[in-house]
Order: sequence, then structure tokens, then C-alpha cells
Amino acid sequence: MMAGDDETDSKQNPENRIGLERSAADAEHKAEILAHPTGEAEGKNLHKPRRAGPRTGKQKAGGMIAEVSSTGHSWDGIEEYDNPLPRWWLWTFYATIIWSVLYTLFYPAWPLINGATQGLLGTDYRKEVAAEIQRFDAANGAVQTRLAAVGLEEIGADAELSSYAMNAGRAVFATWCAQCHGSGAAGARGYPNLLDNDWLWGGSLAEIHTTVTHGIRTTDDPDARYSEMPRFGADGLLEAAQIDDVTQHVLALSGQDHDAASAERGAGVFAENCTACHGADGGGDRMQGAPDLTDAIWLYGGSEAAIRQSVSQSRFGVMPGWSPRLSEDEIRAVSYYVHSLGGGE
Amino acid sequence: MSNPESHPPQLYAAREPIFPRAAHGRFRRLKWIIMGIALAVYYVTPWIRWDRGAAMPDQAVLVDLANRRFFFFWIEIWPHEFYFVAGLLVMAGLGLFLFTSALGRVWCGYACPQTVWTDLFTHVERWIEGDRNAQIRLYRSAWDARKIRLRLTKWALWLVIGLATGGAWVFYYTDAPTLMGNLLRGEAHPVAYSTIIIMTLTTFVFGGFMREQICIYACPWPRIQGAMMDEDTLTVAYREWRGEARGKIRRGEPTKSDQPPGAKGDCIDCFACVNVCPMGIDIRDGQQLECITCALCIDACDEIMDRIGKPRGLIDYMALKDETAERTGQEGDSLIRHVLRPRTLLYFTLWSGIGVVLLLALLMRAPFDLNVTPERNPLFVTLSDGAIRNIYALRLRNKQGEEMAYTVAVTDDRGGAIPGLTLGIEGAAGGRIAVPPDATASLRIYLTAGPGTPLSRADSSDLRLVVRDAGGAQATVGTVFHGKD
Repeated sequence: MMAGDDETDSKQNPENRIGLERSAADAEHKAEILAHPTGEAEGKNLHKPRRAGPRTGKQKAGGMIAEVSSTGHSWDGIEEYDNPLPRWWLWTFYATIIWSVLYTLFYPAWPLINGATQGLLGTDYRKEVAAEIQRFDAANGAVQTRLAAVGLEEIGADAELSSYAMNAGRAVFATWCAQCHGSGAAGARGYPNLLDNDWLWGGSLAEIHTTVTHGIRTTDDPDARYSEMPRFGADGLLEAAQIDDVTQHVLALSGQDHDAASAERGAGVFAENCTACHGADGGGDRMQGAPDLTDAIWLYGGSEAAIRQSVSQSRFGVMPGWSPRLSEDEIRAVSYYVHSLGGGE
Repeated sequence: MSNPESHPPQLYAAREPIFPRAAHGRFRRLKWIIMGIALAVYYVTPWIRWDRGAAMPDQAVLVDLANRRFFFFWIEIWPHEFYFVAGLLVMAGLGLFLFTSALGRVWCGYACPQTVWTDLFTHVERWIEGDRNAQIRLYRSAWDARKIRLRLTKWALWLVIGLATGGAWVFYYTDAPTLMGNLLRGEAHPVAYSTIIIMTLTTFVFGGFMREQICIYACPWPRIQGAMMDEDTLTVAYREWRGEARGKIRRGEPTKSDQPPGAKGDCIDCFACVNVCPMGIDIRDGQQLECITCALCIDACDEIMDRIGKPRGLIDYMALKDETAERTGQEGDSLIRHVLRPRTLLYFTLWSGIGVVLLLALLMRAPFDLNVTPERNPLFVTLSDGAIRNIYALRLRNKQGEEMAYTVAVTDDRGGAIPGLTLGIEGAAGGRIAVPPDATASLRIYLTAGPGTPLSRADSSDLRLVVRDAGGAQATVGTVFHGKD
């Protein structure tokens, strides 16, 4: 019965499965029983069900059960059987080895001294990324052209343009503006906060666009916004006492604690030296980028010491003009973004 | 072979083909019914339509990966509501624990896709090649024209079933009628075709050739189930005390089931139980990891017992505890007592508890919802008049099939008005926010506390943002206001 060419015989472990011979015999036996259910078949030479091979293990009650041989390992009475692995598992293992070899042939894999093997498929993730970027640029080309062409005030009314300008503007801001103005556009000492409603040169979209395009006090752009406050102390334009007095006056203008008598004296100094730019009431002048001295916002600090230093030494903040570096649609996008941060006029 | 020492055991063994005989009986009928329901649900579900409005997909069950939505009839799950899916998965796990501890491996035996599709494939096999004996004869015969014809017919039918299975799978991920048209015209996305090919081949191989190998070697669930079962769990078992000693009996010969107990057992050793077993095991050997408790051996044995005039139930659903009790002549516990015990009640309580919580969460869910994130860069902005402004990023999700308008209001943490606090919304005229159907709007909200107000001076104050839609539904979210302390 143990024909060597019959693969249905489990040569390795005859007790682990039911062999075909026995099963066929079982079937015939069952057929006999069903045909003669009450024992009429007695005496006939029925096939007896028999196991396909010899038993190796111990037998349980009933005499038909044989166990797989044990490895001899036993933990708390639990024995480890010595079952063979399924052969398809082995094939799967070989398949993964073949796969891994083929993979290293077709894809970048093996490290070399300079770089790595490129693989037969020529896969290059850098190229893929570059292609993706090109694809997006091409897809955005139309909206970029339109953004650069329409009137500034039309951007907000166009859902596609405003959505693109917001998102592109945020990216431009993070790349070029955040270094000085901060990633949240809150600015810092000397770098204006773009979230508030106080603007040195104007907070309308058009004014912001001009500022971004040409910059402030930069020598790179002849159209840059320009103004210069005299150095009243350093250049000896005012006496030290006069500077003290005008400082007290500026403190008074913005409603801070001050020396009333000194401020009174400073009013005259202010009228003679400061009103040309800052206005008679100290409200500033956006045409000249002269700050409002009556409000609560101070670019260089509103303390007595900071104001005195501003009067004495002057300030000369510079912002680059972005027109050569950024395209018109990028400038418009970042202007629109800044305008939307809460202070836009 | 008989001397293991002269032949060291092989490390690998080929699969032994199994030719299960067709069974007939109550469990076979139950399996047909469950198979019919399971396959019908699988194949038909993607074709059910459900009207959600013009802008929304009208497929009742749809996993919309591109737009990150999951539609289930009237329920629409957004990615941030994945806890519903997680909750359902937890429930599915606990449900399996519950069923396994009470009824054993019923999942494996009746409902598992591997079982259902293998059953279907086996049925097709019988239809083409005949029942067990014919299959064995065919298997052992040489490759003549008839064998080739039968094999090719069988494989072709299996492939058709696999194709239908893989085809149905992709319909869950996009609009089924559209995709069907595109597939037939060859215009569908390559991912659809490759998914269908992979699903077709795995169905073909797993259902036609791997079958019990998946359950025995590949699936982790049978191993976990061993820890879920105890002596009260119902399982398919052989009444050894009644069946042994097995062997041929004469008509009228007393056996163990008669009174007084006969010397012989009721088992006539006909191998009917073995021949129907899709896993190729002998249930009389006792509990085995291969057994998926499909109960076909019960059907087969009951048929034999009927024919030889012995009581049914030599192989039966029973708890191992009962087997022990019956040996000493006692009755086993009732079904109710096996099923209702602390362990199963605990699983049921956990399972239903999570279900109730999920249901409540679903019912109490507004048709829109919102996230509010206070801007922390900077915490506050000083305006020119000294007022303090806080900025909030508001994400407003409209889960309805039509455009909705929303208004936003602010209250203190007890719902009262806050004097001196004004609310502005970037780009929203008149404080009215219009959100397109099934979309998310991202807005900036400005809360400005007038100069000198308590809010502008306090380090931080709790408050609430209340969003209402035109229909009166509202959602509230708590947030915080930072002043210039």
C-alpha cells in the first residue's frame, strides 16, 4: 500500500493525515453498511478500515488514534510535536528570496562608494518629485497668470484666486518674510507686527503691495519708500534737556505716565521739530512713514528710555524690495495673505 | 518508515488533498443559508442606492478614499470621526470573543470568508467532477482528455467566481455603476484592474487550492480562539463513552446506547464523519486545532445513526464539561446554562456598552461640527487703541448635502454675554459663514477685548464659541482668551 509514487501517501508523517487508500476503503465500507444497515452483510468479506501506515505514537482509547512523534521537549506536561512544515511554505520562502534578488536588480538598491545601483527600471524618486512639482506648476500656471493680471481689488471676489492667493501667500511668507516678521507675522522689536491695525505706510491691499514690491529705505530699488528721521541728539539738533522734555510730551500724547511740567515744555519743542512729519496732534503721516505717536503700538518700544533713544539716535529700519526676487503673482499672493491677517484696511 | 531512527523525519510535507463528501442535514442547511446571506450581502451591497442630495454620492455603502469619506446609508463618517470605525472594530473583536466563548469557532465554521468561499468552490467542484469517490478516481487517473476537460471547466468556474469576488470588492470604493461601465470599456483606473486581478487570484488560490491550509497555517484567529474557549464552550465533539469500542454490529445487537449497556459502542466505524470533513480530520480523535466546527460530521453521523436505528448525537454540539458528566451517567447542563455564564455576560456587557455609547454618539452628533484652535503665534495682538485681540482658527465642517449658512457667537464659560468683547470673522460679511455642501471651511475669527476690560488684562479667560446653522442646530466649543497681563 505504501506505493512510493503516490504523493497522497504522507511519507513523512503517515499518521497526520488520512491516506487515500484508507479513505477509499472507508467509502466502500460505508456503502456496504448503508446497503445492509442491520448486519445482513455479516460474514461477507468487507474491507476493514485500516490506517495507511504504521503507528508510531501511543494509542488512545478506541485503538484508532495515533499521535505524531514528539520532539521530546516538554514544558509543564505540554509536549512539542514534531510536525513538518507545509511544503508551500518553503516555496513561499524561496519566492521571497527570488523576489528580493529581482527587486535589487530592478530598483535602486546596492550601495556603492558614490551613490547606489540605479536599477533596471530607472526609478528615481528625485525625478518623480521634480515631475510632480512641474505638474503642479503647470496646473497652477493659469491661475498664476490671472492673479498677476487682474485688478488687486478683484482678487477677494474670485473664489479661485483668493483661495490660491491665501495658500501661495502663506508659503511665500514662510519662505521670505518670516525671518524678520516672524512665522506668525507678529513681528518683533524693530520689525512691524502685521496682525494689528497700525500701519506705517498704509494697510490697504494696494499699499501693502507697493511696500512688498519696492521695499522700505532699500538702496536696491529707486522706488523704495523712503523717509529719514533726524538724529536730534547725536547730531546736536536739540539740547539734552529739550530731548527729555519732548520725550515726556510723547509719553503724554500716548496717555502714559509722564512729568506734566516737562511735557508742557516739550510741547513747544515738538511743535517746532516734529509736527512736519508726525502731525500737530502726533497722529503720524503715512505718506512719510511717520508713526502715530498717540496709539498703543510702538515699533521700537514705548518706554521713556526707548522714546528718548528714538529721538536722540533716530531709527532707520530697512525692508528689501521683492520685485526682482519674487514674481508678480507671488508678490500679490503674499500681499493678499498679509492683508487678510486681521489688520488689513 | 516503521523505524523512525532509520528515516529521520522530513522537515517539509506536501499538502494532502482532501475530498470531502457532500453532507446533508440541518447544519448543512444552516450553512447554505448563511452562505447565501453572506454572498448576497457581499455582492449586492455596492449596488444599493441612497439619495443624499445632488452634490453627494448616491451609493448606500461607499468608502470614498479620494475624498476621505465613509458613507453607510444615512451615516457619513469623516476622517476625524474615525473613532466610530475604531469602536465598530472593538465591537467586532468583542463579538468574536463572545461568540467563541459561548459557541466555539462558529465564525470559522459558518461565516468566515475563507469558509464561505471554500464551501462554494467545493460545491462547484462536486458539480463538475462528482462527489468524493469520483473526485478521488479522477485525481488518480492519468491526464486524458476527460480529466483535462473537467479540470479546465472547474478552474474556469473558479476563476469566474474569483473575478466576481474581486470585481465586487472595488465597487465598495467608487460609484459602482460608473466603475462597471468603465471596467467594461477598459477605461477604469489601473488600480481598479490590479485590485481585481489580485483579488481574483487570491480567491482562486485560497478557495481552490489552499483551503484548510489557510486555517491551519496562515490564520492567527484559530490560535487566539484556543484562549477564548473553556469547558463550558459548545463545540463539536464525539461522545467517546457511547461510541467506543467501535466496530461492526449486528441487527438488534445491544450497544452502549441500549439498556442494559452493551459491550460494543454505537460507532460502527463507517468513517462518514471523516469523509465529509473539509479539514481532513477525524473528530473522534478529540479536539484538534484543525477543527473549524462546521458540524458537517454531525450531519453525517446523524444520518448513519438514523439508518442503523440508534439515537442521534454520537457526534454533537456539546461542552467538554458535559462529556465528563455523561460518562458518570449524569445529564449535561442545559444550553442556557452553558451560554449564560459570567464570562459571556461580561463580554456581552462590554460589547453592548460600547454599542450603546457609539449609538448615543451617533444620535447626538450635530449635522456640522467645528474645531477651534487659538492662535499661539502670537498669543494676542495689541491694537492701536490698546484693545487686545485674540485670533482663532475655526474649521467648520458642513456634513449635509446642501450649502449651509452659519453664525458664530461668543459667550463666557457659563453661557453669559461678555461686555466689551467684539467678534469678527475674516472674509465673512455680516458674520454669516456660508459653507458649501459636504465641505470644510477654514476661517480666522477675531475676538477683541476693549482697552481696560477685564478680559484684556487677565492672563487667560475661559469662553465658548457657539455656532448655529439656519435650522437652529448648534455646536459649542470651549476655548480661551489671552490678555496682556
